[in-house]
Amino acid sequence: MLYRTAGQFKTSYKADQALFPVRQDAVLLGVILILAWVVFPLMASEFTFQTLLIPILIYSLAALGLNLLTGYAGQLSLGTAAFMGVGAYACYKMITLMPWMNPLVAILLSGVFSAGVGVAFGIPSLRIKGFYLAIATLAAQFFLVWLFEKWGWLYNYNASGAIQVPNLEMFGVYVAGPQASSTVQYYVVLGIVTLLTIVCINLTRGTLGRTWKATRDMDIAAELIGINLMRSKLTAFAVSSYMVGVAGALFVFMWRGAAEPNLFDIPLSFRILFIAIIGGLGSIMGNYLGAILIVGLPVVLNTLPAAFGLPISPATVEHLNVMIVGALILFFLIIEPHGLARLWALIREKLIIWPFPH
Amino acid sequence: MLKDIFVTPFVDMATAPDFLMQVLWEGLVSGILYALIALGFVLIFRSSRIFNFAQGIMVVFAALTLVGLHAMGVPAWICVILTLGVMFVLAVTVERVVLRPLVGQPDIILFMATIGITLFLIGFGEIIFGGENKVMITEELGIPTDSVVFEPFGGLLILEQKDITAVVVAALLVVALLAFLNKTRMGRAIRALGDDHQAALSVGISLQQIWVLVWFIAGIIALVTGIAWGARAGVSFALEVIAYKALPVLMLGGLESITGAIIGGLLIGMLEKLFEIYWGQPLLGGNTETWFAFVLALIVLLFRPQGLFGERIIERV
Repeated sequence: MLYRTAGQFKTSYKADQALFPVRQDAVLLGVILILAWVVFPLMASEFTFQTLLIPILIYSLAALGLNLLTGYAGQLSLGTAAFMGVGAYACYKMITLMPWMNPLVAILLSGVFSAGVGVAFGIPSLRIKGFYLAIATLAAQFFLVWLFEKWGWLYNYNASGAIQVPNLEMFGVYVAGPQASSTVQYYVVLGIVTLLTIVCINLTRGTLGRTWKATRDMDIAAELIGINLMRSKLTAFAVSSYMVGVAGALFVFMWRGAAEPNLFDIPLSFRILFIAIIGGLGSIMGNYLGAILIVGLPVVLNTLPAAFGLPISPATVEHLNVMIVGALILFFLIIEPHGLARLWALIREKLIIWPFPH
Repeated sequence: MLKDIFVTPFVDMATAPDFLMQVLWEGLVSGILYALIALGFVLIFRSSRIFNFAQGIMVVFAALTLVGLHAMGVPAWICVILTLGVMFVLAVTVERVVLRPLVGQPDIILFMATIGITLFLIGFGEIIFGGENKVMITEELGIPTDSVVFEPFGGLLILEQKDITAVVVAALLVVALLAFLNKTRMGRAIRALGDDHQAALSVGISLQQIWVLVWFIAGIIALVTGIAWGARAGVSFALEVIAYKALPVLMLGGLESITGAIIGGLLIGMLEKLFEIYWGQPLLGGNTETWFAFVLALIVLLFRPQGLFGERIIERV
C-alpha cells in the first residue's frame, strides 16, 4: 500500500531515467535527509555525536570510495586505510604549511594527493588480476604506514610521531581541533558526505560508471567493445582514492583529533571492506547500512551487559564484541551474500506488491 | 649515496661471511614458517578456491589450545592429540556452518567469510585463554633448546637447536604431505577436486568430506607452525601478523602451487632479512620487514602475473 507504484506513468525518456523513478523512494530519501540535517543534530547528545553519528558518516564515505573500486570496477583493494592515511597526512601538512587555508578546501584538496598515490598503486592492476591484485594494495598498505612512521617531515618532526589537529577556524567558528563543537563538526562532515554521495550517484549512473561495470563484469569483453581498460581502471583507482582520502582527512580532523601511523593499519582496511561487503558491493546505499551496522553494533553491545546488570569485565566485553562481530559477518554473508542493500531491495519489491503476493 | 646502495652492503657481506650466514639462517627459519602457513593456504585454495585468510589465526588458535591444555595439567603429548581433535572439530564446524551455505558464491564473499571466522576465533580464543603472551611448552614436547656453535671462516655461527628442529619437522611435514597428495586415494581426490569441481563430483568424490579433510590438514599444519613459531617468539595474538606475511609468499609462488609456496617462503624469508640488515637499517631507518615482502612480490608479479609457479591464467570471452 505504502509503496504502490501503480499509476506513476512515465511519459518521456527523461522521466524514465530520472534519479527516482518511483516517487516513494524520493520521499523516503527526503525523510532521511530531514532526519540527518535537522532532527538528529537537535536531539543528539555529545556521546551520540562522537560514537555514532560522525563515525558512521565518515566510515560510510570511506566504504563508498572502496565500493566504487571494488564493487563497481571490480578491483579488490585491501589498502583502504593507507589511502585514508595519505589524505589525513596531506591535510595536516597543508594546514600547518599554510595556516590561512580554509579547512574545507584543505580537506577537499587532500583527496587529490591520495588519488595520486592511488593511481600509482593502481598501475599494476593493468597486468595483475583478482586476488593477485590484492598484493599491490597490501604493498601500499604496509609501505605507506611504514612511511608515515619514518618520514619525519610528514608529522613536522614532533617528538611523539603523531599528528595533532590544531584549532581551525572558518567564518569565525571553530571547525576542528579541541575547541570545535561536535554539532559544527557533524554539519561539516554531513555536508561533505552528502556532496560526495551525490557526485558518486551520478558518476555511477553515467558513462564512467558504466565503463567501470563493464570492466568488472569481464574486462576482456569490455576491451573488445572498445573500452579503454587503462583509463577505466585508473579512473576507478583515482576517484576511489579521492573519496577515501577525503574520508581519511575527515577521520582525523573531524573525529579523532589526533592520529598515529598505526591508526591506519590493516584492521581499519578490513573494517571498511566489511562495511562495503556487508552493505552490498556495487551499491551506494549499502555503504550507509553497513556503516550503521558495523559502527553501531559495538556501541550497542557495550551498553547491553550494564543494561541487564550482568557482571562482565570490560576486557571480556571487548573480546565478546570481536567474537560477535565475526559471527554476525558470517550470519549476514550466509543469509544474504549480496549485502544489506539487496535485502532492502527484496523488502522493497515485497512492499510494492503488498498486500497481494503476485 | 650510490656507493652506500651498491657497494658497501656487498663489501660488508664479503668481509664478514659468518655474519652473512647467520642472517641467512635466521631468514631461512622464518622463511620455513612463512612457507608452512602458505602451504595451508594453498591446500585450501586448490581444493575449494577459497582464499583462506583464517590460516594465520588457526596457527595462533592451535598454539593457544596446546599451551592452555597443558596449563590445566594435561601431559604434553596428550595435549598435542587433544589439540588435533580440537582442530578437527573446527574443520567440521567451519565446513558445516560457514562453507556449506556459501557454496558457489563469488570468491570475495568466501574470502570475507574467512575474515569473519578470523574475528570469531580471535574473540573466542581471547575469552577462553586470555590475551596475554604465553610461553610455548618447548621442553615438555622434547624439543632441545640448546644451541650449536659453528666457526666458519674464523667467525661465529650460532644455530638454535629448536630452529633446527623446526626446519627438520617442516621438511618432514612437506614430504609427508606430498606423499599423501600423490600416493593415497584421498590425496588424489583432493587434487581432482582442485582440477575440476564438477568432474570430481561426477565421479563420486564427496565435496563435503574433502573440505573437512583439507581444513583438518590445514589445522595440522597450523599446529606445527604454531609450535615452531611459538618456541621462537612466544604464543600470543601478535603471531597473527605472520599470516599477512604468507600472502606475498603465496602470490610470489603462485596460488595453486605447493612448490611455489615453499620456494616463495624461503626466498622471501631470506631476502627480507638480507634487505633489512644490509640496506634497511643503514639507509632507511629499519623495520623494512613490514613491507619488503609485498613490494618484492609486486615486482615479480608485474613480470609474471600468475606468480613464479602458478597456473597460467587463460582468459576467454
